[in-house]
Amino acid sequence: MSIDMIDAATADFRDLATEGFDTGRHLAHATEQADARGYEDFLIVDIDSHHYENEASAEIAEFIENPIIRHEVKYQGISRKGITTGFGQYQELGGRITRYPLRKSEKVPPHPHRDITLMRRWMDAMGVDVACMFPTPLLNLGLAPRVDLEVELAFAYNRWLCETILQEEPRLKSMLYMPFNDPDACLKTVEQFGDKPGVIGFMVTSTRYRGVYDNVYARTYRALEERGLPIGFHTGLGGQEPGLSLCNRFLTLHALGFAWHNMLHLSNWVINGIPERFPKLKTLWIEAGLAWLPFLMQRLDNEYMMRPSDAPLLKQKPSDYIRQMYFTSQPMEMVDNKRALELTFDMINAETQLLYSSDYPHWDMDLPSTIYDLPFLSEQAKRNILGGNAQRVFNLEPVFSERKLRRRAEKAMRAAV
Amino acid sequence: MKEVYICRQEEMADGNVRILRVDGLEIGVIRHKSRFYAYRNLCLHQGGPACEGVRMPGVFDDVDEEGRFLGQKYDEDDVHIVCPWHGYEYHLSDGTNVCDPRLRLQKFEVSERGGNVYVSV
Ligand code: FES
Repeated sequence: MSIDMIDAATADFRDLATEGFDTGRHLAHATEQADARGYEDFLIVDIDSHHYENEASAEIAEFIENPIIRHEVKYQGISRKGITTGFGQYQELGGRITRYPLRKSEKVPPHPHRDITLMRRWMDAMGVDVACMFPTPLLNLGLAPRVDLEVELAFAYNRWLCETILQEEPRLKSMLYMPFNDPDACLKTVEQFGDKPGVIGFMVTSTRYRGVYDNVYARTYRALEERGLPIGFHTGLGGQEPGLSLCNRFLTLHALGFAWHNMLHLSNWVINGIPERFPKLKTLWIEAGLAWLPFLMQRLDNEYMMRPSDAPLLKQKPSDYIRQMYFTSQPMEMVDNKRALELTFDMINAETQLLYSSDYPHWDMDLPSTIYDLPFLSEQAKRNILGGNAQRVFNLEPVFSERKLRRRAEKAMRAAV
Repeated sequence: MKEVYICRQEEMADGNVRILRVDGLEIGVIRHKSRFYAYRNLCLHQGGPACEGVRMPGVFDDVDEEGRFLGQKYDEDDVHIVCPWHGYEYHLSDGTNVCDPRLRLQKFEVSERGGNVYVSV
């Protein structure tokens, strides 16, 4: 065996003790995956990603019309108790997920807005062209006991997002926050923001206590349906639920809570015949993973057959309605369960109904390779889930990242030589 | 087989990590309590940079003979390499995953001679 000596000083070498945090470097392996798989050949859309709007609390506060609530948000920021609530919020695993503590130190140029730079960095690294962004602490705002606060903050956040972020960067989109505790304000939100650039739908946070079947939402659902704008339910932990409050570990609360809240609203949605009353309204269920779906489809079908009088509006089985809904992919349960995952994809018609999502920068984010590397999908199915389905559902212009366009041009030049 | 000179022993403080790229392989060299370890910087979950995160002692639930929970404690003798992308944990001693020993970070031999540290690739 021959031994060659290499001096590390001349090799490609990094000393982590002196290196600052940079999203592109943190995700360098994602970029290698993107390049190895040729993501430049097709559009990738990420339908659930996040930013930390609490870091822009002072900016958002300026958009709040009510002076008392403006003062409160200025004084205590967005994420402290009293504004939103946070049960069991230790996603960052005690500092083990390093981007949480290090994110704040990341350097960005003065322009464009910091959130735009940070979004572009991770999107470019992963090969994502278009991303639908959601807030983080405000996902708990539906639990605030003050309805006026939810409404004021929702309008301010939506205006801030539209004017500061979305209209500046065509690769960024959002389904805007609907203040669901005030039905009139929901309708006003759709009317006021429905045509704004970058707004591709509206989002209800699932951790809340209003029934989706309430007649007070009919006008909002109709307004969305008429505009062709989807409604999305973004789930959450919901540790305030009496039962879930028994979860003493984040793992349990997250595993159950994220599935539970979307199971609850989806079941009510179907059994109350909302899909029959608003047949063109597209519904999207966000961030609950996929494993709950086979359970719920079987369970609801079984009960429906015995109790049709509880769901007389239905003309099909509950699972048939569920198969016409849309789902985001993350966090995709994929440990030692290939057969179950394949069955799940079949049951929900994933090839047309599933939309890739990363949930970046949160702790359980999924890269596009979680979809692209699935052995049971055709190339076309992979491309549908990674971007084509989202393009169709949201009527998106295909805006490719500059990095991917450059790689395409280089590829074409090489092919021509 | 290649031997790569990393540094003088004293150049890397306890807890430091250096990442080097040799023949397309990324290797993390970790100094922990005056010992050096080298693993491929590639997590078996989604391909994250496993060596670029923190090292932390394993956590265990302390349960007494009667089955009562007495609290969570650190096992200071079993330090884990924690992948920074999602938190998969590997034993620093041999690179096996804490939850599933079939998953294992690729390990490289480290030798120390004359105050120098080398990794065999
Ligand atoms: S890639 Fe390492 S924990 Fe996921």
